Amino acid sequence: MELLTPGTGLIIWQAFVFLLLVILLAFLAWKPILAGLKERETSIQQALDSAEKAKAEMASLKSDNEKLLKEAREERDKILREARDAASRLHDQAQNDARKNADKIIEDAKAVIQTEKMAALKEVKLQVANFSLEVAERLMKKNLASDSAQRELVNSIIKDLKLN
Amino acid sequence: MKKPFLTSKTMFLPLFLGCFLMTFSGVFAQEATQADNVHTEAHAEGAFNANDVIIHHVLDDHVWHFFDGHYGTLYLPVIVYSEARGLEMFSSSRFYDDHHQTVEYNGYRLEHNHITLNGQPVLDVSITKNVGMLLINSTLLLVVLVAAARGYKRNAGRAPSGVQSFIEPIVVFVRDEVVKPNIGHRYERYLPYLLTLFFFILFGNLLGLLPGAGNLTGNIAVTATLAFFTFIITNVSGNKSYWGHIFWTPGVPLPLRLVILPVEIIGIFTKPISLTIRLFVAITAGHIVLLALISLAFIFQSITVGLMSSVIVLFIDLIELLVAGIQAYVFTLFTSLYIGMAVEEHDHH
Repeated sequence: MELLTPGTGLIIWQAFVFLLLVILLAFLAWKPILAGLKERETSIQQALDSAEKAKAEMASLKSDNEKLLKEAREERDKILREARDAASRLHDQAQNDARKNADKIIEDAKAVIQTEKMAALKEVKLQVANFSLEVAERLMKKNLASDSAQRELVNSIIKDLKLN
Repeated sequence: MKKPFLTSKTMFLPLFLGCFLMTFSGVFAQEATQADNVHTEAHAEGAFNANDVIIHHVLDDHVWHFFDGHYGTLYLPVIVYSEARGLEMFSSSRFYDDHHQTVEYNGYRLEHNHITLNGQPVLDVSITKNVGMLLINSTLLLVVLVAAARGYKRNAGRAPSGVQSFIEPIVVFVRDEVVKPNIGHRYERYLPYLLTLFFFILFGNLLGLLPGAGNLTGNIAVTATLAFFTFIITNVSGNKSYWGHIFWTPGVPLPLRLVILPVEIIGIFTKPISLTIRLFVAITAGHIVLLALISLAFIFQSITVGLMSSVIVLFIDLIELLVAGIQAYVFTLFTSLYIGMAVEEHDHH
């Protein structure tokens, strides 16, 4: 049947034209089309990749910021704590110093008072001794015949004493 | 800047739609053609011979018959070579007299599409109807695809436009769904052939559906040539493991190897033969079904039957559009598969 017998002429034409078509299209059509497609695909992929990278960078930047903020907060807390400590230490020290000073002043005053007191007592003792001696001397010097005379004498001494 | 004809949107869309509409209206145009045929043949033979009309339509021819009448036939150039006469070229109208009967010209005789010189066969490389279709198809492919390719330069770094957006999805589909998964990482060197194959068959199938068009991709010479290219490429690309599997299949016992050997050798040839027959049959059968349904109207001589068959023909035409795409896909798919089998690396032995 004619339908099933391939014509020689058509085979020759088909082979020749199709080969020519493959060669022509390979250079004129497929090369630029496939290159263009590949270029577009790579550029899209690159855009996607860079977007992903930017996202990651943003995330790391954010976490960096948070870290910095946290550090800053910690630093602030530390500084505040230290300041508070320093203040309280200064306060304590000042108090201590003041107390110590006061104590010292008091002690000094006490010591002065003591020495003054001792000196005064010593003076009094000496005075008393002197008076006693004077009284005794006057008693010795005057002839003390009677009691009345003696009493008079003592009184006069005392009077003198008072005058002092 | 001069805008390329096909890439301008205003021109392309009507053209594209026109193609589709023409496909559908082709049904009615063909009916009209056949109506005329009926008259002439009825006069000549007294009855409508559907078989002759159909077979005549699906076969190649030295004249391109559009419709009856004085201007309805395009007489194509005849180119013949014989040892006695050398290369000769003349119009096929020389074979026909005024009454459309075949006559002898200069010793050449045309009988059933075969030209003989004084009874001896000659090498007939005429521009037949199918060669004409082949040239139209190839020119159309060149124009459309080069226009699409130009879009990549013009729209570099921008979204595709015009004919580029029509071609691109098909190219990407063929590359990513057909070629890449079947051939593997070395697919790029086969891509130009496979893409050309796909578009050639697709456009050929679609053009064949147009009224008056020749049955290019439903011609066994065309499908056999395409399959032959696939056969050559497959076997030239065949690596050591491919031939190893054919001649000395590893991993099977010796007696079995001797059985497998002839089977494998037959297999080398059945692959291109199946490609040849599948495309030829799918397209030719579609044309025969369409024409048979249209012929019903003339066999029954009834308007009712004509209307009914026209409705069915419309649906078959839609199916044929689908078949046009499917057959292009299948031919390309199997070619990729065969090449993939030939270049596959077997590292598990």
